[in-house]
Amino acid sequence: MNSQNPLHTESRWRKYQKEIADDHYYYARSCIRQNFFPGSERAFLKIMREELNKDIFDDPRHTTCTGIAYHSDIVPQETTSTVIARHFALMTEMGYQNLAISCVTSFGLYTELLETWKHFPEEETKIHEMLWKATKREFVKPKNLAHSSDIFFHNREQIAAKSQFNLINQKTGESLKVVEHIGCHYAKIFPEKGVGGAEFPYVLAGMVESWGGNVVDYPERRHCCGFGFRNYLVMANRGYSVANSKKKFESMKPYEPDFIVANCPGCSMFMDRWQYTIAEMEGTTYGKNGYGIPVLTYEEMAGLVLGYNPWDLGLQMHQVSVEPLLDKMGIPYNPDEKYKVKRNVALPLKPEILMV
Amino acid sequence: MSTLYGMLLTDVRFVEGLNACMNCGVCTAICPAAEFYNYDPRKLLNQVQLKDESIIEELLKSETIWYCGQCMSCKTRCPRGNTPAFVVQALRKLSVKLGFFVESEKGRQQFAIKRTVGENILKYGYCVHPEAVAPSMHPEQGPVWQWVHENAPSVMERLGASYQKQEAGTLRKIAIEDLDELQSIFDVTGGTEMFETIEKYSAQQAEKMKLEFNDQTPNEYFFNVYTEDNHNHQRNL
Repeated sequence: MNSQNPLHTESRWRKYQKEIADDHYYYARSCIRQNFFPGSERAFLKIMREELNKDIFDDPRHTTCTGIAYHSDIVPQETTSTVIARHFALMTEMGYQNLAISCVTSFGLYTELLETWKHFPEEETKIHEMLWKATKREFVKPKNLAHSSDIFFHNREQIAAKSQFNLINQKTGESLKVVEHIGCHYAKIFPEKGVGGAEFPYVLAGMVESWGGNVVDYPERRHCCGFGFRNYLVMANRGYSVANSKKKFESMKPYEPDFIVANCPGCSMFMDRWQYTIAEMEGTTYGKNGYGIPVLTYEEMAGLVLGYNPWDLGLQMHQVSVEPLLDKMGIPYNPDEKYKVKRNVALPLKPEILMV
Repeated sequence: MSTLYGMLLTDVRFVEGLNACMNCGVCTAICPAAEFYNYDPRKLLNQVQLKDESIIEELLKSETIWYCGQCMSCKTRCPRGNTPAFVVQALRKLSVKLGFFVESEKGRQQFAIKRTVGENILKYGYCVHPEAVAPSMHPEQGPVWQWVHENAPSVMERLGASYQKQEAGTLRKIAIEDLDELQSIFDVTGGTEMFETIEKYSAQQAEKMKLEFNDQTPNEYFFNVYTEDNHNHQRNL
């Protein structure tokens, strides 16, 4: 790691280093990640079990935490709290105390719930009673809450030791320039619960540096991707969402990033899809030669570093082509395999403007 | 408590979100919604802390409370530890409870969110599902998503998902017992009541607007609230 990096010399950063459990996790899946990046959740479990030898329980009884509905204000706080309490109960029943949470919105909500109960203990009593009335389940609060990226951060040097490829341009020998985006609810609500807090984002930056890349510190690094919950879910509001992503793209473009890596599944999807939308709406593209800037989840980034097949990781589900990045990293791939599935199906159509 | 302000005080998010705002405006400076919409969280907090019932009622019926994107950037920055986004959540909940949400274009959108994300939860066990992200409703998703949507079983099988299977794994089918538990939690905690309230006032509003309204999604009222934009919301238009 680079000791000259201002992130390390900044003493204020030191208070934003959280405790991350070493082993034995109950996995909380994400609505958006499993829908748009199913290969990422699969890769996470594979890396945890097969590369890092960790015990992680994938429970078929787990459900949404209702976070998207909660922040869109169609369900009350008590409903969301009790659904999360049910997850605590399932975790407790299976003998686990540590949560590995795949979604930044969920991570923010789980954290908010535990913090709320510290200030309003009567709320915790109420949720115990509601969960019992609804499901006859009881729960113990988790000992450790980690976003699943926290666990990769915690084990980044072990992953580096097993790497097949680095975040280095194989033609020039230079480190790849990486834009990282931690997602608002990872650290803006409770900065002390995120590695580096909201000001010194380091959960992804730590992985990038350990795996050979350089992080781009661009002006709008901390700006929201623009999800905005109801501002994306309702078609009439999507101008808000795309405008916020555009603000980030315009800000990062002069630094010519090789790729974007995002912490939050929503941010990963929006920064991929809005590049397509902006290209088709106004002809603007942010990568070179009419391509976009590839957007990866941290599981995809770790998978590529570990030498996994890009199409096993699900990179074919991205609208912005990842091939320019694979070429830079020197990762071999078979273009004919990209959209291959068992049944013979037509290939995706090509966008009119965005190069793919 | 019968006053609007008193009802807001029953919401812990309101208690936690507003102590004493000194009107410094840092929240507005950092707010993505304030940059895009005619929206000013500083002004909103100041209006609420006046405890004037008529001003609060006006807010509950306004477009203003629906602009916030819940990014929570204001929570990090407020030097007094306030969270305007928490106050917004409490205002929105009260607006729905009292049926005031149908008075504004942005408020009426709650119906579309309930019919999509809300119903996904109780049908699929998650807020999002490949069947539920229809390309016609989501043109921004692009041709690759259309390909995924049309070939979901094959694509998901290629990626090792447990799509539509009742087992552990990605995108599995959630067992009926687990969906029943979710429904029971909704019934006990007020989630079902909130859904019913959104439906009730939306049906009344559809009648006023002379738009078709039924159990099918989409219907005429759904399309109206999902797509209607009077172009008076944005800051720079």
